[in-house]
Amino acid sequence: MNISLIPFILSFLLSQRLFRFSKINNHKQWEKWFSYARFFSVFLFAAEIILKASNTTQWIWHIFLVSLLLFAIQQKEMRKLRMYLLAFAPYVAVSLLTDLVRVIVTDFYIRWESYFGNAMMLSIIWLMAILFSQYRQNKATEKERIRRQKEDEINRAIALRKVELEGLVAERTAEITKQKEELIQTLNELKATQAQLIQSEKMASLGELTAGIAHEIQNPLNFVNNFSEVSSELLDEMKEEQEKGNTEETAAIANDIKQNLEKIIHHGKRADGIVKAMLQHSRSSSGMKKPTEINKLADEYLRLAYHGLRAKDKSFNASLETNFDEALSKIDVVPQEMGRVILNLLTNAFYAVSEKKKQLEKNTPADGNQTEQKPYTPTVLIATKKLKGKVEIKISDNGNGIPQAEVDKIFQPFYTTKPSGKGTGLGLSMSYEIVTKVHGGQLKVENNEGEGVTFTVILPVKK
Amino acid sequence: MKILVVDDEKDIQPLFEQRFRREIKNGEINFVFAYSGEEALDCLKDYKHEAVLILSDINMPGMSGLVLLDKIKQKNHKPPPVVMMITAYGDDENYKQAMQLGADDFITKPVNFSELKEKLKQF
Repeated sequence: MNISLIPFILSFLLSQRLFRFSKINNHKQWEKWFSYARFFSVFLFAAEIILKASNTTQWIWHIFLVSLLLFAIQQKEMRKLRMYLLAFAPYVAVSLLTDLVRVIVTDFYIRWESYFGNAMMLSIIWLMAILFSQYRQNKATEKERIRRQKEDEINRAIALRKVELEGLVAERTAEITKQKEELIQTLNELKATQAQLIQSEKMASLGELTAGIAHEIQNPLNFVNNFSEVSSELLDEMKEEQEKGNTEETAAIANDIKQNLEKIIHHGKRADGIVKAMLQHSRSSSGMKKPTEINKLADEYLRLAYHGLRAKDKSFNASLETNFDEALSKIDVVPQEMGRVILNLLTNAFYAVSEKKKQLEKNTPADGNQTEQKPYTPTVLIATKKLKGKVEIKISDNGNGIPQAEVDKIFQPFYTTKPSGKGTGLGLSMSYEIVTKVHGGQLKVENNEGEGVTFTVILPVKK
Repeated sequence: MKILVVDDEKDIQPLFEQRFRREIKNGEINFVFAYSGEEALDCLKDYKHEAVLILSDINMPGMSGLVLLDKIKQKNHKPPPVVMMITAYGDDENYKQAMQLGADDFITKPVNFSELKEKLKQF
Protein backbone atom coordinates (compact mmCIF):
# COMPACT_ATOMS: atom_id res chain seq x y z
CA MET A 1 0.00 0.00 0.00
CA ASN A 2 1.50 3.23 -1.12
CA ILE A 3 0.03 6.51 0.01
CA SER A 4 0.23 9.32 -2.58
CA LEU A 5 1.65 11.87 -0.17
CA ILE A 6 3.91 13.57 -2.66
CA PRO A 7 1.28 13.93 -5.40
CA PHE A 8 -1.08 15.35 -2.80
CA ILE A 9 1.44 17.91 -1.52
CA LEU A 10 2.45 18.89 -5.01
CA SER A 11 -1.07 19.25 -6.33
CA PHE A 12 -2.10 21.17 -3.25
CA LEU A 13 0.88 23.48 -3.52
CA LEU A 14 0.36 23.94 -7.22
CA SER A 15 -3.33 24.74 -6.96
CA GLN A 16 -2.66 26.96 -4.00
CA ARG A 17 0.01 28.85 -5.97
CA LEU A 18 -2.28 29.20 -9.00
CA PHE A 19 -5.14 30.27 -6.77
CA ARG A 20 -3.01 33.01 -5.24
CA PHE A 21 -1.73 34.06 -8.61
CA SER A 22 -5.29 34.36 -9.92
CA LYS A 23 -6.32 36.26 -6.88
CA ILE A 24 -3.43 38.72 -7.18
CA ASN A 25 -4.09 39.16 -10.91
CA ASN A 26 -7.76 39.61 -10.18
CA HIS A 27 -8.91 36.68 -12.39
CA LYS A 28 -12.22 35.77 -10.74
CA GLN A 29 -12.98 32.63 -12.74
CA TRP A 30 -9.54 31.03 -12.31
CA GLU A 31 -9.62 31.95 -8.69
CA LYS A 32 -12.77 29.93 -8.29
CA TRP A 33 -11.41 26.99 -10.29
CA PHE A 34 -8.14 26.77 -8.40
CA SER A 35 -9.98 27.11 -5.15
CA TYR A 36 -11.96 24.04 -6.13
CA ALA A 37 -8.71 22.37 -7.26
CA ARG A 38 -7.32 22.94 -3.80
CA PHE A 39 -10.35 21.33 -2.18
CA PHE A 40 -10.25 18.60 -4.72
CA SER A 41 -6.68 17.65 -3.83
CA VAL A 42 -7.57 17.54 -0.14
CA PHE A 43 -10.70 15.60 -0.88
CA LEU A 44 -8.86 13.15 -3.13
CA PHE A 45 -6.17 12.58 -0.54
CA ALA A 46 -8.77 12.00 2.19
CA ALA A 47 -10.71 9.64 -0.08
CA GLU A 48 -7.58 7.70 -0.90
CA ILE A 49 -6.77 7.15 2.78
CA ILE A 50 -10.29 6.28 3.80
CA LEU A 51 -11.02 3.98 0.87
CA LYS A 52 -7.46 2.65 0.72
CA ALA A 53 -7.73 2.97 -3.03
CA SER A 54 -4.32 4.29 -3.96
CA ASN A 55 -4.16 2.01 -6.96
CA THR A 56 -7.06 3.92 -8.46
CA THR A 57 -6.29 7.34 -7.16
CA GLN A 58 -2.71 7.38 -8.33
CA TRP A 59 -4.06 7.70 -11.85
CA ILE A 60 -6.41 10.48 -10.79
CA TRP A 61 -3.44 12.28 -9.23
CA HIS A 62 -1.57 11.91 -12.48
CA ILE A 63 -4.43 13.25 -14.57
CA PHE A 64 -5.09 16.02 -12.11
CA LEU A 65 -1.49 17.17 -11.94
CA VAL A 66 -0.92 16.88 -15.70
CA SER A 67 -4.06 18.78 -16.50
CA LEU A 68 -3.26 21.50 -13.93
CA LEU A 69 0.21 21.89 -15.39
CA LEU A 70 -0.88 21.79 -19.00
CA PHE A 71 -3.62 24.30 -18.33
CA ALA A 72 -1.28 26.62 -16.53
CA ILE A 73 1.51 26.41 -19.08
CA GLN A 74 -0.89 27.16 -21.88
CA GLN A 75 -2.08 30.42 -20.30
CA LYS A 76 -0.21 33.47 -21.61
CA GLU A 77 -1.10 35.37 -18.44
CA MET A 78 0.81 32.81 -16.42
CA ARG A 79 4.08 33.24 -18.25
CA LYS A 80 5.62 34.58 -15.09
CA LEU A 81 4.93 31.28 -13.38
CA ARG A 82 6.59 29.20 -16.11
CA MET A 83 9.74 28.55 -14.11
CA TYR A 84 7.64 27.42 -11.21
CA LEU A 85 5.57 25.14 -13.41
CA LEU A 86 8.69 23.73 -15.02
CA ALA A 87 9.85 22.64 -11.58
CA PHE A 88 6.92 20.25 -11.43
CA ALA A 89 7.13 18.99 -14.99
CA PRO A 90 9.95 16.39 -14.56
CA TYR A 91 8.39 14.84 -11.51
CA VAL A 92 4.94 14.68 -13.06
CA ALA A 93 6.38 13.17 -16.23
CA VAL A 94 8.69 10.74 -14.44
CA SER A 95 6.06 9.52 -11.98
CA LEU A 96 3.49 9.13 -14.76
CA LEU A 97 6.00 7.23 -16.88
CA THR A 98 7.06 5.05 -13.95
CA ASP A 99 3.51 4.10 -13.11
CA LEU A 100 2.66 3.44 -16.76
CA VAL A 101 5.74 1.28 -17.26
CA ARG A 102 5.06 -0.59 -14.03
CA VAL A 103 1.53 -1.42 -15.08
CA ILE A 104 2.14 -2.08 -18.77
CA VAL A 105 5.55 -3.77 -18.86
CA THR A 106 6.06 -4.92 -15.32
CA ASP A 107 9.12 -7.05 -16.18
CA PHE A 108 10.91 -4.18 -17.74
CA TYR A 109 10.01 -2.07 -14.76
CA ILE A 110 11.32 -4.64 -12.29
CA ARG A 111 14.56 -4.97 -14.19
CA TRP A 112 15.15 -1.22 -14.36
CA GLU A 113 13.41 -0.30 -11.08
CA SER A 114 16.47 1.33 -9.57
CA TYR A 115 16.77 3.67 -12.60
CA PHE A 116 13.15 4.66 -12.26
CA GLY A 117 13.76 5.28 -8.55
CA ASN A 118 16.79 7.40 -9.37
CA ALA A 119 14.91 9.36 -11.99
CA MET A 120 12.15 9.95 -9.46
CA MET A 121 14.68 11.11 -6.88
CA LEU A 122 16.35 13.40 -9.42
CA SER A 123 13.02 14.90 -10.44
CA ILE A 124 12.17 15.53 -6.79
CA ILE A 125 15.59 17.10 -6.14
CA TRP A 126 15.08 19.20 -9.26
CA LEU A 127 11.69 20.23 -7.99
CA MET A 128 13.00 21.14 -4.57
CA ALA A 129 16.01 22.94 -5.97
CA ILE A 130 13.86 25.03 -8.26
CA LEU A 131 11.28 25.71 -5.59
CA PHE A 132 14.05 26.67 -3.19
CA SER A 133 15.70 28.98 -5.67
CA GLN A 134 12.27 30.36 -6.54
CA TYR A 135 11.63 30.91 -2.88
CA ARG A 136 14.97 32.69 -2.47
CA GLN A 137 14.33 34.72 -5.54
CA ASN A 138 10.87 35.63 -4.29
CA LYS A 139 12.29 36.55 -0.97
CA ALA A 140 14.91 38.77 -2.62
CA THR A 141 12.26 40.28 -4.84
CA GLU A 142 10.08 40.83 -1.84
CA LYS A 143 12.99 42.42 -0.01
CA GLU A 144 13.66 44.60 -3.01
CA ARG A 145 10.01 45.46 -3.19
CA ILE A 146 9.94 46.45 0.46
CA ARG A 147 13.11 48.45 0.00
CA ARG A 148 11.56 50.20 -2.99
CA GLN A 149 8.42 50.80 -1.03
CA LYS A 150 10.39 52.29 1.81
CA GLU A 151 12.36 54.40 -0.62
CA ASP A 152 9.12 55.48 -2.22
CA GLU A 153 7.73 56.33 1.15
CA ILE A 154 10.82 58.32 1.99
CA ASN A 155 10.67 60.03 -1.39
CA ARG A 156 7.04 60.75 -0.90
CA ALA A 157 7.75 62.13 2.55
CA ILE A 158 10.55 64.25 1.12
CA ALA A 159 8.30 65.48 -1.66
CA LEU A 160 5.63 66.27 0.89
CA ARG A 161 8.14 68.10 3.07
CA LYS A 162 9.39 69.93 0.00
CA VAL A 163 5.91 71.11 -0.86
CA GLU A 164 5.44 72.10 2.75
CA LEU A 165 8.73 74.01 2.76
CA GLU A 166 7.95 75.65 -0.54
CA GLY A 167 4.66 76.81 0.88
CA LEU A 168 6.46 78.11 3.93
CA VAL A 169 9.04 79.91 1.80
CA ALA A 170 6.31 81.42 -0.35
CA GLU A 171 4.53 82.54 2.80
CA ARG A 172 7.69 84.10 4.21
CA THR A 173 8.50 85.72 0.90
CA ALA A 174 5.04 87.21 0.76
CA GLU A 175 5.47 88.44 4.32
CA ILE A 176 8.84 90.00 3.57
CA THR A 177 7.55 91.54 0.35
CA LYS A 178 4.66 93.00 2.27
CA GLN A 179 7.01 94.38 4.90
CA LYS A 180 9.22 95.82 2.19
CA GLU A 181 6.25 97.50 0.57
CA GLU A 182 5.16 98.86 3.91
CA LEU A 183 8.64 100.20 4.52
CA ILE A 184 8.74 101.82 1.09
CA GLN A 185 5.39 103.40 1.79
CA THR A 186 6.55 104.60 5.20
CA LEU A 187 9.70 105.99 3.65
CA ASN A 188 7.68 107.82 1.03
CA GLU A 189 5.39 109.16 3.72
CA LEU A 190 8.40 110.31 5.70
CA LYS A 191 9.87 112.02 2.66
CA ALA A 192 6.56 113.76 2.00
CA THR A 193 6.36 114.76 5.66
CA GLN A 194 9.89 116.10 5.53
CA ALA A 195 9.08 118.15 2.45
CA GLN A 196 5.95 119.39 4.17
CA LEU A 197 7.91 120.25 7.30
CA ILE A 198 10.46 122.20 5.33
CA GLN A 199 7.68 124.01 3.52
CA SER A 200 5.86 124.66 6.78
CA GLU A 201 9.07 125.97 8.32
CA LYS A 202 9.34 128.34 5.38
CA MET A 203 5.72 129.31 5.79
CA ALA A 204 6.10 129.69 9.56
CA SER A 205 9.00 132.06 9.08
CA LEU A 206 6.93 133.81 6.43
CA GLY A 207 4.11 134.05 8.95
CA GLU A 208 6.50 135.69 11.35
CA LEU A 209 7.19 138.10 8.56
CA THR A 210 3.69 139.01 7.42
CA ALA A 211 3.05 141.67 10.05
CA GLY A 212 6.52 143.05 9.51
CA ILE A 213 5.97 143.01 5.80
CA ALA A 214 2.64 144.82 6.11
CA HIS A 215 4.30 147.45 8.26
CA GLU A 216 7.30 147.72 6.03
CA ILE A 217 5.14 148.15 2.96
CA GLN A 218 2.72 150.50 4.65
CA ASN A 219 5.45 152.96 5.58
CA PRO A 220 6.92 153.49 2.11
CA LEU A 221 3.41 153.56 0.63
CA ASN A 222 2.45 156.32 3.05
CA PHE A 223 5.48 158.25 1.91
CA VAL A 224 4.65 157.69 -1.74
CA ASN A 225 1.08 158.91 -1.18
CA ASN A 226 2.09 161.86 0.97
CA PHE A 227 4.88 163.07 -1.26
CA SER A 228 2.63 162.74 -4.29
CA GLU A 229 -0.10 164.80 -2.63
CA VAL A 230 2.36 167.40 -1.41
CA SER A 231 3.94 167.65 -4.83
CA SER A 232 0.56 168.27 -6.37
CA GLU A 233 -0.07 171.05 -3.84
CA LEU A 234 3.38 172.43 -4.50
CA LEU A 235 2.65 172.60 -8.21
CA ASP A 236 -0.42 174.73 -7.50
CA GLU A 237 1.67 176.95 -5.32
CA MET A 238 4.35 177.14 -7.95
CA LYS A 239 1.79 178.30 -10.50
CA GLU A 240 0.65 181.05 -8.14
CA GLU A 241 4.22 182.19 -7.55
CA GLN A 242 4.86 182.13 -11.28
CA GLU A 243 1.89 184.35 -11.88
CA LYS A 244 3.24 186.73 -9.26
CA GLY A 245 6.53 186.67 -11.14
CA ASN A 246 8.42 185.41 -8.12
CA THR A 247 11.06 183.41 -9.94
CA GLU A 248 13.22 182.68 -6.91
CA GLU A 249 10.36 181.07 -5.04
CA THR A 250 9.28 179.21 -8.19
CA ALA A 251 12.71 177.72 -8.55
CA ALA A 252 12.78 176.71 -4.88
CA ILE A 253 9.44 174.98 -5.20
CA ALA A 254 10.54 173.21 -8.36
CA ASN A 255 13.55 172.00 -6.48
CA ASP A 256 11.35 170.65 -3.71
CA ILE A 257 9.16 168.87 -6.19
CA LYS A 258 12.19 167.25 -7.77
CA GLN A 259 13.30 166.13 -4.33
CA ASN A 260 9.85 164.73 -3.61
CA LEU A 261 9.82 162.75 -6.80
CA GLU A 262 13.12 161.21 -5.82
CA LYS A 263 11.60 160.32 -2.45
CA ILE A 264 8.64 158.75 -4.22
CA ILE A 265 10.95 156.67 -6.38
CA HIS A 266 13.02 155.67 -3.36
CA HIS A 267 10.03 154.54 -1.30
CA GLY A 268 8.39 152.86 -4.28
CA LYS A 269 11.51 150.81 -4.76
CA ARG A 270 11.66 150.04 -1.08
CA ALA A 271 8.15 148.56 -1.14
CA ASP A 272 9.01 146.71 -4.33
CA GLY A 273 12.08 145.17 -2.74
CA ILE A 274 10.10 143.95 0.25
CA VAL A 275 7.43 142.32 -1.86
CA LYS A 276 10.10 140.62 -3.95
CA ALA A 277 11.91 139.39 -0.86
CA MET A 278 8.68 137.98 0.49
CA LEU A 279 7.89 136.19 -2.75
CA GLN A 280 11.38 134.79 -2.88
CA HIS A 281 11.12 133.65 0.68
CA SER A 282 7.98 131.63 0.10
CA ARG A 283 9.17 130.10 -3.15
CA SER A 284 10.00 126.45 -2.64
CA SER A 285 12.65 126.12 -5.34
CA SER A 286 16.13 126.67 -4.03
CA GLY A 287 16.99 129.36 -6.55
CA MET A 288 20.25 130.39 -8.11
CA LYS A 289 23.26 132.10 -6.64
CA LYS A 290 23.68 135.66 -7.70
CA PRO A 291 25.84 138.60 -6.63
CA THR A 292 24.17 140.03 -3.55
CA GLU A 293 24.86 142.93 -1.25
CA ILE A 294 25.01 141.25 2.12
CA ASN A 295 24.60 144.51 4.04
CA LYS A 296 21.40 145.34 2.23
CA LEU A 297 20.06 141.83 2.64
CA ALA A 298 20.87 141.86 6.35
CA ASP A 299 19.27 145.26 6.86
CA GLU A 300 16.13 144.24 5.00
CA TYR A 301 15.62 141.11 7.06
CA LEU A 302 16.49 142.93 10.28
CA ARG A 303 13.61 145.30 9.70
CA LEU A 304 11.25 142.52 8.67
CA ALA A 305 12.11 140.41 11.68
CA TYR A 306 11.85 143.28 14.11
CA HIS A 307 8.56 144.61 12.85
CA GLY A 308 7.19 141.12 12.50
CA LEU A 309 7.80 140.47 16.15
CA ARG A 310 6.63 143.92 17.17
CA ALA A 311 3.35 143.41 15.37
CA LYS A 312 2.74 140.18 17.23
CA ASP A 313 3.88 141.33 20.63
CA LYS A 314 3.17 145.01 21.24
CA SER A 315 5.15 145.16 24.42
CA PHE A 316 8.25 143.85 22.71
CA ASN A 317 11.06 146.23 22.17
CA ALA A 318 14.70 145.89 21.47
CA SER A 319 17.54 148.11 20.59
CA LEU A 320 18.87 147.28 17.17
CA GLU A 321 22.50 147.84 16.52
CA THR A 322 24.01 147.47 13.12
CA ASN A 323 27.65 147.51 12.24
CA PHE A 324 27.97 147.03 8.53
CA ASP A 325 31.38 146.94 6.92
CA GLU A 326 31.03 149.30 3.97
CA ALA A 327 34.01 147.68 2.27
CA LEU A 328 31.92 144.58 1.64
CA SER A 329 31.51 143.87 -2.06
CA LYS A 330 28.77 141.78 -3.59
CA ILE A 331 29.18 138.07 -3.07
CA ASP A 332 27.52 135.10 -4.74
CA VAL A 333 24.73 133.68 -2.58
CA VAL A 334 21.20 132.44 -3.06
CA PRO A 335 19.49 135.56 -1.71
CA GLN A 336 16.30 134.00 -0.41
CA GLU A 337 18.18 131.14 1.27
CA MET A 338 20.70 133.42 2.92
CA GLY A 339 17.84 135.75 3.85
CA ARG A 340 16.16 132.82 5.53
CA VAL A 341 19.30 132.13 7.55
CA ILE A 342 19.63 135.75 8.65
CA LEU A 343 15.93 135.93 9.43
CA ASN A 344 16.08 132.75 11.45
CA LEU A 345 19.09 133.85 13.47
CA LEU A 346 17.48 137.26 14.09
CA THR A 347 14.14 135.75 15.08
CA ASN A 348 15.94 133.54 17.58
CA ALA A 349 17.85 136.54 18.92
CA PHE A 350 14.69 138.59 19.33
CA TYR A 351 12.98 135.68 20.99
CA ALA A 352 15.88 135.29 23.40
CA VAL A 353 15.95 138.93 24.46
CA SER A 354 12.20 139.17 24.83
CA GLU A 355 12.19 136.03 26.99
CA LYS A 356 14.88 137.50 29.20
CA LYS A 357 12.97 140.72 29.52
CA LYS A 358 9.77 138.93 30.49
CA GLN A 359 11.69 136.90 33.03
CA LEU A 360 13.25 139.98 34.61
CA GLU A 361 9.89 141.76 34.77
CA LYS A 362 8.42 138.81 36.57
CA ASN A 363 11.21 138.84 39.14
CA THR A 364 11.05 142.56 39.97
CA PRO A 365 8.14 144.15 41.80
CA ALA A 366 5.80 145.80 39.33
CA ASP A 367 6.02 149.33 40.67
CA GLY A 368 7.46 150.64 37.46
CA ASN A 369 10.68 151.70 39.13
CA GLN A 370 12.92 149.10 37.65
CA THR A 371 14.44 151.72 35.41
CA GLU A 372 16.07 153.20 38.47
CA GLN A 373 18.09 150.05 38.98
CA LYS A 374 20.33 148.65 36.35
CA PRO A 375 17.95 148.61 33.41
CA TYR A 376 18.02 145.70 30.98
CA THR A 377 18.05 146.88 27.40
CA PRO A 378 17.26 144.01 25.03
CA THR A 379 19.82 144.42 22.31
CA VAL A 380 20.29 142.62 19.03
CA LEU A 381 23.39 143.33 17.02
CA ILE A 382 24.02 142.47 13.42
CA ALA A 383 27.46 143.11 12.02
CA THR A 384 29.26 142.30 8.80
CA LYS A 385 32.97 142.19 8.24
CA LYS A 386 35.22 141.67 5.29
CA LEU A 387 37.94 139.12 5.94
CA LYS A 388 40.56 137.69 3.66
CA GLY A 389 38.64 135.68 1.05
CA LYS A 390 35.66 135.52 3.38
CA VAL A 391 32.71 137.48 4.59
CA GLU A 392 31.52 137.28 8.17
CA ILE A 393 28.00 137.97 9.37
CA LYS A 394 27.61 138.18 13.13
CA ILE A 395 24.31 138.17 14.93
CA SER A 396 24.46 138.68 18.68
CA ASP A 397 21.90 139.08 21.41
CA ASN A 398 22.11 139.73 25.12
CA GLY A 399 19.48 137.18 26.08
CA ASN A 400 19.95 134.26 28.42
CA GLY A 401 22.14 132.22 26.12
CA ILE A 402 21.84 128.50 25.64
CA PRO A 403 22.27 126.06 28.53
CA GLN A 404 25.83 124.80 28.04
CA ALA A 405 24.66 121.19 28.05
CA GLU A 406 22.45 121.79 25.05
CA VAL A 407 24.79 123.74 22.80
CA ASP A 408 25.73 120.58 20.88
CA LYS A 409 22.12 119.88 20.07
CA ILE A 410 21.00 123.18 18.63
CA PHE A 411 21.72 122.29 15.01
CA GLN A 412 19.79 119.05 15.23
CA PRO A 413 16.41 119.00 13.52
CA PHE A 414 13.46 119.55 15.86
CA TYR A 415 15.57 121.04 18.62
CA THR A 416 13.62 123.93 20.02
CA THR A 417 13.34 125.77 23.30
CA LYS A 418 10.08 127.37 22.29
CA PRO A 419 6.85 126.02 23.73
CA SER A 420 5.17 123.46 21.51
CA GLY A 421 3.40 124.97 18.55
CA LYS A 422 5.59 128.07 18.62
CA GLY A 423 8.58 126.73 16.75
CA THR A 424 9.16 123.91 14.33
CA GLY A 425 12.68 123.25 15.60
CA LEU A 426 13.88 123.22 12.02
CA GLY A 427 15.15 126.77 11.75
CA LEU A 428 18.72 126.24 12.90
CA SER A 429 19.15 122.88 11.23
CA MET A 430 17.92 124.35 7.95
CA SER A 431 20.16 127.37 8.41
CA TYR A 432 23.10 125.08 9.04
CA GLU A 433 22.37 123.15 5.84
CA ILE A 434 22.00 126.33 3.81
CA VAL A 435 25.25 127.83 5.07
CA THR A 436 27.38 124.70 4.88
CA LYS A 437 25.92 122.70 2.00
CA VAL A 438 24.52 125.36 -0.32
CA HIS A 439 27.21 127.99 0.23
CA GLY A 440 30.20 125.99 1.48
CA GLY A 441 30.48 128.23 4.51
CA GLN A 442 30.49 127.79 8.27
CA LEU A 443 27.95 128.50 10.97
CA LYS A 444 29.49 128.94 14.39
CA VAL A 445 27.96 129.56 17.75
CA GLU A 446 29.57 131.36 20.66
CA ASN A 447 27.59 130.91 23.82
CA ASN A 448 27.82 132.81 27.09
CA GLU A 449 25.30 131.19 29.35
CA GLY A 450 23.16 133.89 30.93
CA GLU A 451 24.74 136.63 28.86
CA GLY A 452 23.75 135.95 25.29
CA VAL A 453 24.68 134.16 22.11
CA THR A 454 26.59 135.12 19.02
CA PHE A 455 26.05 133.26 15.77
CA THR A 456 28.64 133.76 13.09
CA VAL A 457 28.08 132.94 9.44
CA ILE A 458 31.27 132.76 7.44
CA LEU A 459 30.87 132.70 3.66
CA PRO A 460 33.67 132.15 1.18
CA VAL A 461 34.14 134.80 -1.51
CA LYS A 462 34.68 133.14 -4.87
CA LYS A 463 36.03 134.93 -7.86
CA MET B 1 4.46 176.92 18.63
CA LYS B 2 7.21 174.36 18.81
CA ILE B 3 6.37 170.86 17.63
CA LEU B 4 8.69 167.96 18.27
CA VAL B 5 8.16 165.13 15.78
CA VAL B 6 9.53 161.72 16.84
CA ASP B 7 9.80 159.00 14.22
CA ASP B 8 12.49 156.59 13.12
CA GLU B 9 11.73 157.29 9.47
CA LYS B 10 14.01 160.13 8.48
CA ASP B 11 11.90 161.16 5.49
CA ILE B 12 9.27 162.36 7.91
CA GLN B 13 11.19 165.65 8.05
CA PRO B 14 10.89 166.74 4.40
CA LEU B 15 7.31 165.50 4.42
CA PHE B 16 6.30 167.61 7.42
CA GLU B 17 8.27 170.57 6.20
CA GLN B 18 6.37 170.52 2.94
CA ARG B 19 2.98 169.65 4.38
CA PHE B 20 3.30 172.59 6.79
CA ARG B 21 5.08 174.79 4.31
CA ARG B 22 2.77 177.75 4.79
CA GLU B 23 2.67 177.52 8.57
CA ILE B 24 6.44 177.32 8.77
CA LYS B 25 6.84 180.23 6.40
CA ASN B 26 4.41 182.31 8.41
CA GLY B 27 6.25 181.39 11.60
CA GLU B 28 3.16 179.75 13.13
CA ILE B 29 4.86 176.43 13.72
CA ASN B 30 8.42 175.60 14.45
CA PHE B 31 9.31 171.91 13.82
CA VAL B 32 12.02 169.98 15.55
CA PHE B 33 12.72 166.36 14.59
CA ALA B 34 14.02 163.47 16.63
CA TYR B 35 14.60 159.99 15.23
CA SER B 36 14.30 157.97 18.41
CA GLY B 37 12.80 158.15 21.88
CA GLU B 38 16.19 158.74 23.40
CA GLU B 39 16.89 161.63 21.05
CA ALA B 40 13.47 163.10 21.84
CA LEU B 41 14.22 163.13 25.57
CA ASP B 42 17.48 164.96 24.90
CA CYS B 43 15.62 167.56 22.82
CA LEU B 44 13.08 168.09 25.56
CA LYS B 45 15.83 168.92 28.01
CA ASP B 46 16.80 171.82 25.72
CA TYR B 47 13.26 173.12 25.34
CA LYS B 48 12.20 172.78 28.95
CA HIS B 49 10.68 176.21 29.20
CA GLU B 50 9.01 176.44 25.84
CA ALA B 51 5.52 175.32 25.18
CA VAL B 52 6.00 172.11 23.24
CA LEU B 53 3.64 169.78 21.42
CA ILE B 54 4.96 166.32 20.72
CA LEU B 55 3.95 164.08 17.83
CA SER B 56 5.43 160.65 18.39
CA ASP B 57 5.42 157.38 16.51
CA ILE B 58 4.84 154.36 18.74
CA ASN B 59 6.69 151.73 16.82
CA MET B 60 10.37 152.58 16.97
CA PRO B 61 13.42 150.51 17.66
CA GLY B 62 14.95 151.11 21.06
CA MET B 63 12.72 153.22 23.23
CA SER B 64 9.17 152.89 21.95
CA GLY B 65 6.75 155.78 21.68
CA LEU B 66 4.76 154.46 24.64
CA VAL B 67 7.81 154.42 26.90
CA LEU B 68 8.66 157.92 25.74
CA LEU B 69 5.07 159.04 26.47
CA ASP B 70 5.27 157.50 29.93
CA LYS B 71 8.53 159.25 30.69
CA ILE B 72 7.33 162.61 29.48
CA LYS B 73 4.08 162.44 31.39
CA GLN B 74 5.53 161.01 34.60
CA LYS B 75 8.56 163.21 34.97
CA ASN B 76 9.69 166.69 35.65
CA HIS B 77 8.10 168.51 32.72
CA LYS B 78 5.98 171.36 33.98
CA PRO B 79 3.53 171.95 32.53
CA PRO B 80 3.40 168.51 30.96
CA PRO B 81 3.52 168.94 27.16
CA VAL B 82 0.75 167.83 24.85
CA VAL B 83 1.60 164.44 23.36
CA MET B 84 -0.12 162.98 20.30
CA MET B 85 0.67 159.39 19.40
CA ILE B 86 0.88 158.28 15.79
CA THR B 87 0.96 154.63 14.89
CA ALA B 88 0.56 152.26 12.02
CA TYR B 89 -1.05 149.74 14.35
CA GLY B 90 -4.38 151.32 15.19
CA ASP B 91 -5.50 148.49 17.44
CA ASP B 92 -7.37 148.75 20.72
CA GLU B 93 -4.52 147.60 22.88
CA ASN B 94 -2.16 150.29 21.65
CA TYR B 95 -4.90 152.89 21.94
CA LYS B 96 -5.86 151.92 25.50
CA GLN B 97 -2.29 151.83 26.62
CA ALA B 98 -1.56 155.21 25.10
CA MET B 99 -4.63 156.75 26.71
CA GLN B 100 -3.81 155.19 30.05
CA LEU B 101 -0.36 156.71 29.91
CA GLY B 102 -1.91 160.12 29.33
CA ALA B 103 -1.73 160.64 25.57
CA ASP B 104 -3.68 163.68 24.43
CA ASP B 105 -4.59 162.22 21.08
CA PHE B 106 -4.19 159.08 19.03
CA ILE B 107 -3.70 159.18 15.28
CA THR B 108 -3.44 156.20 12.96
CA LYS B 109 -1.28 156.15 9.88
CA PRO B 110 -1.66 157.11 7.10
CA VAL B 111 -1.91 160.58 8.62
CA ASN B 112 -4.66 162.80 7.31
CA PHE B 113 -2.79 166.10 7.29
CA SER B 114 -5.76 168.41 6.99
CA GLU B 115 -7.29 166.79 10.10
CA LEU B 116 -3.97 167.04 11.87
CA LYS B 117 -3.77 170.73 11.01
CA GLU B 118 -7.23 171.28 12.50
CA LYS B 119 -6.23 169.49 15.66
CA LEU B 120 -3.01 171.47 15.99
CA LYS B 121 -4.94 174.73 15.70
CA GLN B 122 -6.82 173.91 18.90
CA PHE B 123 -3.66 174.04 20.99
